[in-house]
Amino acid sequence: MWEVWEYGAHCYASCTRLELCQVCAAGVAAVAFGLRGRCSRHRPREWPDRAEAERRLGRRTCLFDLHVALGARMVDFGGWDMPLAYGSQLEEHHAVRRAAGVFDVSHMGIIDLRGARSGEFLRGLLANDVARLRVPGKALYSCMLNERGGVIDDLIVYYLTDEHYRLVVNAGTRDSDLKWIAQHTQGLGVEWLERRELAMLAVQGPQARELSAALMARDAAQAALALQPFFGAQIGQWFVARTGYTGEDGFELMVPAGEAVALWQRLNAAGVRSCGLGARDTLRLEAGMNLYGNDMDEHTHPLESALAWTVAFEPADRHFIGREALEALRARGVTRKLVGLVLDERAVLRSHQRVLVPGVGEGEVTSGTFSPTLARSIGFARVPANTGAAVQVEVRARTLPARVVRVPFVRHGEPLVPIDP
Amino acid sequence: MSDIPEDLRFTRSHEWLRTLPDGTVEIGISDHAQRSLGDLVFVELPDIGRNLSVGEACAVVESVKAASDVYTPIAGAVVAVNSQLQQTPELINREPYAGGWLFRLRPTSSAQAVGLLSASEYQVLEAQG
Repeated sequence: MWEVWEYGAHCYASCTRLELCQVCAAGVAAVAFGLRGRCSRHRPREWPDRAEAERRLGRRTCLFDLHVALGARMVDFGGWDMPLAYGSQLEEHHAVRRAAGVFDVSHMGIIDLRGARSGEFLRGLLANDVARLRVPGKALYSCMLNERGGVIDDLIVYYLTDEHYRLVVNAGTRDSDLKWIAQHTQGLGVEWLERRELAMLAVQGPQARELSAALMARDAAQAALALQPFFGAQIGQWFVARTGYTGEDGFELMVPAGEAVALWQRLNAAGVRSCGLGARDTLRLEAGMNLYGNDMDEHTHPLESALAWTVAFEPADRHFIGREALEALRARGVTRKLVGLVLDERAVLRSHQRVLVPGVGEGEVTSGTFSPTLARSIGFARVPANTGAAVQVEVRARTLPARVVRVPFVRHGEPLVPIDP
Repeated sequence: MSDIPEDLRFTRSHEWLRTLPDGTVEIGISDHAQRSLGDLVFVELPDIGRNLSVGEACAVVESVKAASDVYTPIAGAVVAVNSQLQQTPELINREPYAGGWLFRLRPTSSAQAVGLLSASEYQVLEAQG
């Protein structure tokens, strides 16, 4: 029999960090997955294996009870019980495009790196170059690659000081990311710490910043509203970042978990709508943003995932994990690309549908949905590199024409692709 | 648990049917089905005049999340379709048992719907998820 808690302790045996048991406050070795901390006397029940344990327990954010109380339809997302929608997913989507919405993104991992060599470490770990970050608070989007150039994860890194960086990683990969990071920090004197005591709320939409700032003390509000796009700052107890995953302006707020429920309720009271993962997916697709696990993963590389812009090949003497593999791929010629698709027929693109490129070859839809803003289906597809402007997609036993378009599809509420009414 | 009109009968695949005074049969999807699917965005309906046999897939309801076939629980000829759904598929979400009906059939003379559930029997199935 595996014990959930034991697994964590074994897996992270090198971890010297201690947490307190929630029941009796005894010190226990920290686990890197989100099962609530209990000492050996108060640990959860035994399960036959880890997968079973995680399936039975499901990870919950500190907002779980509130989501349920708000009537959310809960779904499994990367092992987490998360809200899909609280009512109409389409209305949640429109709220973010037109006003403001709030998402629980506490399932994502917040990892702080500290130490004089943190920057050097990240320059070797990430495909994008943190040396580009010169102003404290500035954020950078990057892939973390394996030696073959495959994408282990995509993440945001904030440069806080020369000795302190903060990473925000995907929920489904946070455990494997931590393991990878732990493995590569060895011997560098770089310390990593997962900030599990923080909750993260993404407040997004044209009114998001003002409505959020209205809940802060005056000085804090001023500091928050002064943030430039893609900057974050510690403001009192909160880390406020002008980032997001929707194509709208807004903040991502990292706050002590104990404050999250009250903050959410105050946002609701101010007119910010509760939004679930369903709307988050349609918003990010319209915004032309990749989803890890759908649009790229360990078996695909950034150059065939519309992420070449995030790989810093210059300076040429910077070594990062995956560089040789990407250079070899580039030299041979990249054979596939990720493109945006618009379907003008009354049907919906879905992941794994077959894409036919007449005279060229075949590809596959990696993400697809109905775009509420464009009122038709959009998606991403990985297709041969010499694919032109027109393809066909096999949608439920029909072969339908689709247009290859430049992404994003929508930005700041405005359609960016030509649409016939 | 939702309130289900007593004059409806249901299939195990979550369609409902209602016999109208003129003998035609109206068909739609259940409240449970629309909630599982989420916001409906497209509806494909059969052509008027098409003859359907029992269990035939004859309509598609597609939501943001998934597409789902609708099967006719009874054989017959299509006499009407709810053309409002082309512009406002969300009627199915709002009024699954009224304005969200999909199509109407005139049952073939020998047609018999078998294995249908009453409203209360369907509620039991619904509760089991």
